[in-house]
Amino acid sequence: MSDLLKVTIDGKSIEVPPGTTIMQAARQLGGKYPPAMCYYEPLKNTGGKCRVCLVKVAQTSEANPRPMPKLVASCITRVEHGMVVENETSPEVLDARNGVVEFLLINHPLDCPVCDQAGECDLQNLSYEHGHEQTRYEEGRREFERIDIGPYVQLHMTRCILCYRCVYAADQLTGQRVHGVLNRGDVSEIGTYIQQSIENEFSGNIIDVCPVGALTDKTYRFKQRVWFSKPFDAHRDCDKCCGKVVLWMKGDAIIRVTARKNEFGEVTDFICNDCRFEHKQASDWSIEGPRDIIPESVIGANKYELPVVSPAVNVDAKFVSE
Amino acid sequence: MATKILLENLAVEGIRAIDTYMANGGYRAVSKALKEMSPDQLVEEVKASGLRGRGGAGFPTGMKWSFLDKKSDKPRYLVCNADESEPGTFKDRYLMERIPHLLIEGMITASYALGANTSYIYVRGEMMSVIRLLERAIAEAYAKGFLGKNILGSGYDLELYVQPGGGAYICGEETALLESLEGKRGNPRNKPPFPAVSGLYGCPTVINNVETIASVPWIVNNGGAAYASIGLGKSTGTKLISACGNIRQPGVYEIELGLPVEEFIYSDAYCGGIAEGRELKAVVPGGSSVPILPKELILKTAAGEPRLMSYESLADGGFVSGSMLGSGGFIVFDERACIVRNLWNFTRFYHHESCGQCSPCREGTGWMEKVLHRIEHGHGKMSDIDLLVDVAKHIEGKTICPLGDAAAWPVGSAIRHFRDEFEAHVKHPDSCLAKHLHGAYAHAVPIMEP
Amino acid sequence: MEFSQEIKREFDQIVARYPQGRQKSGLLPILHRVQAEYGWLSTEAMNAVAEYLNLNPIEVYEVATFYTMFHLEPVGKYVLEVCRTGPCCLVGAETLLQYLQRKLNIGIGETTPDGLFTLKTVECLASCGTGPVLQIGPEYLYHEHLTEQKLDQLIDRLRSES
Ligand SMILES: Cc1cc2nc3c(=O)[nH]c(=O)nc-3n(C[C@H](O)[C@H](O)[C@H](O)COP(=O)(O)O)c2cc1C
Ligand code: SF4
Ligand code: SF4
Ligand code: FES
Ligand code: FES
Repeated sequence: MSDLLKVTIDGKSIEVPPGTTIMQAARQLGGKYPPAMCYYEPLKNTGGKCRVCLVKVAQTSEANPRPMPKLVASCITRVEHGMVVENETSPEVLDARNGVVEFLLINHPLDCPVCDQAGECDLQNLSYEHGHEQTRYEEGRREFERIDIGPYVQLHMTRCILCYRCVYAADQLTGQRVHGVLNRGDVSEIGTYIQQSIENEFSGNIIDVCPVGALTDKTYRFKQRVWFSKPFDAHRDCDKCCGKVVLWMKGDAIIRVTARKNEFGEVTDFICNDCRFEHKQASDWSIEGPRDIIPESVIGANKYELPVVSPAVNVDAKFVSE
Repeated sequence: MATKILLENLAVEGIRAIDTYMANGGYRAVSKALKEMSPDQLVEEVKASGLRGRGGAGFPTGMKWSFLDKKSDKPRYLVCNADESEPGTFKDRYLMERIPHLLIEGMITASYALGANTSYIYVRGEMMSVIRLLERAIAEAYAKGFLGKNILGSGYDLELYVQPGGGAYICGEETALLESLEGKRGNPRNKPPFPAVSGLYGCPTVINNVETIASVPWIVNNGGAAYASIGLGKSTGTKLISACGNIRQPGVYEIELGLPVEEFIYSDAYCGGIAEGRELKAVVPGGSSVPILPKELILKTAAGEPRLMSYESLADGGFVSGSMLGSGGFIVFDERACIVRNLWNFTRFYHHESCGQCSPCREGTGWMEKVLHRIEHGHGKMSDIDLLVDVAKHIEGKTICPLGDAAAWPVGSAIRHFRDEFEAHVKHPDSCLAKHLHGAYAHAVPIMEP
Repeated sequence: MEFSQEIKREFDQIVARYPQGRQKSGLLPILHRVQAEYGWLSTEAMNAVAEYLNLNPIEVYEVATFYTMFHLEPVGKYVLEVCRTGPCCLVGAETLLQYLQRKLNIGIGETTPDGLFTLKTVECLASCGTGPVLQIGPEYLYHEHLTEQKLDQLIDRLRSES
């Protein structure tokens, strides 16, 4: 078909329909596609913010063989016919990516050992591949109090990387958004401004879209480290959502319910709060069988230890801000 | 006497009022454009003039206008960028305060050229008095029939409004400005799509600086060729330069592009030399974002040619030995000024103004500020200097909008040209030049952060 | 909380500047108007603005916290906003800021016990050629070429006027 566009990424080519982004093409190609911390395909308008997916466009198109002057965010840059992209093969890309990961970590608390997300945290995965041995950051870190937003969700803002996914999720999955991004710059925070709870049938999904441990399931906290529990695919008849979930079980006990993530770590079938928070008996569910874990993840590769980045000198210093 | 295009009638008493403005030739361009020229002809004249955007990037205005998507059946918008927040830049405020009708006349002619029937002037909120002044002037223009329906019987309609900002440098970036004008946080948009295709409310939009738009009436009246004959090479016409810092006569000067920098600094017609007879040390020639140049490199290029006030000459040598004309914010440092302290100040500014959307700028600006703060206050290490260069490199070119670059360039250039000063701060933490001084930078105590 | 009919009429005029359905564009001008009226933006005031513009309250909070001109806590009658950016510092802004802190006996971000003055720093006000400079809302007139004497006179005048 002539209206397909040919794109070459790290030497491998694929033909994709117009409108496809570099990230989408790379994911279709398989192999090592660019990481994503803010882009989330099922949510409209996400992407372009975190910059970990930067790639080099060595040739813009067949018609325009010049390279693009700067690295581009692969998650929002559309493919052109004859485009040549360098991802893992470009030292410039890897250097930029290491830089972005370093930036994401400077204000991140190194509390993986006590974080609920440990073992399934995108930032943790990313820092294994792109982290420095030792942090060069010696200044104070940003800190926030953890707060409860409603009966089900806890916000630990200190861990947030401001990917905006939860904001888009709230906008697109729930009718009325009550949380958002407040302030600006590096004192931006996710919040509700006034103490307010997020109460909406689909609000629990903000937990699943959060790439780090900033939004966590209050009904699950501290029950069990994720890698000690076993995931099972299960479903139930639900009149609010698809009812297709993952049950995280220890023995016969359901310690947590989440939506199913695809191979890119994204939820396409969002679930309702009823399924997520209110059905914790095995008898509530039809269990389909054990679930395969994504091999790249920390739990998958069974490489969970202490984080690579050693704690900074003054982790406890309060971040001075206005 | 140098040609004056924008400030020609500056000294005319009462020029703020529409009658005086008209008595001095004002609004001729509106009747000429609407009655005698087609919109396309107007775009062609502006193309022929070689006029380049005066907001900082220097992009050819006529070309920008020709990119506007005219096939779209959506309304088209012209938005004037009067956010003027780049440190060292105060030319737009000067122009709007003194000759407000020049901007309004420019908005009418430019809107006509672009086929816009609603246009906005986005003025930073701090300039409330300018906003009031512009609103009064717009009311006068409506009363004279230069705005509204069927202007001067031409069949062309235009509504013109002033929109206040809320205190955010980033809203000078054109897509952040559009977000702000839509009532949102000033987060820059990823491009493409460019505003010419999808701008305000998703409609084709042109954003131009105050000075750019104010240059249009002259081009309408005198022709693009006449404008192109002024200036030097591709730097056509005149430019407002706002000069500040340690000079005898700070102020706004309209210069013909191509004027030697040395003349601009030392002539009594312009800066009048360095204040109190001191020595020139360095200049940031185009607003705080552009690279700083030491005396030798601002007066002469690396090749020994005289440096000129033009886009090309100021950029000669790239970022190794050159800088940029930028917005025309000309900041002069005398021998006493502390480059480290100034860099800390500028970096603090970018940290404070980062919108926080993308990680390199959000995190990197704060990191650089903290390291610079340490160095300036006697807690620096030698390795900090290279760390700063490296952090700046990891920001530059990796962000959504150019604020990241704007934060990185001053760091790279100050360390490139004044590395010894940074090392001296590290080696002799107590002997920062500033501590021995009175007046400028007299206080070593950090008093700037709340 | 209810806005007066007069203020609502002004809101209506503001919203009329934008195309149908784009009333959110009026948010910044309306917040400025509310702040000029009440001195600061309380949660109640922001909620009322949200209701007027038919927005979720969070959309108003997000915007109000992004822009530095909006006061989200009560402030003094006069908010002195002093420019702290490089060019002004080259001509003595730092010294002057210290003087002002000593004179009012408050730090940056604080309000005098009599509720008259709040001291704030702001970034470049596009007045670098006439610095040091400060401005005072809600009129936001600039006070330029500041010296210690000029500050003394300004503070005395404001004290006697109130
Ligand atoms: C951080 C940032 C701040 C800017 N501030 C301004 C400004 O205050 N005024 C302005 O005219 N342009 C500013 N610009 C440039 C605008 O994005 C845009 O290029 C300009 O308004 C286009 O008008 P022109 O072509 O007439 O110069 C800024 C750009 C950036 C990245
Ligand atoms: S809380 Fe999580 S999902 Fe929301 S912005 Fe922060 S990191 Fe992203
Ligand atoms: S570069 Fe800075 S100001 Fe620009 S979008 Fe990114 S965070 Fe915002
Ligand atoms: S995933 Fe592309 S910028 Fe975040
Ligand atoms: S630096 Fe103070 S007004 Fe520009």
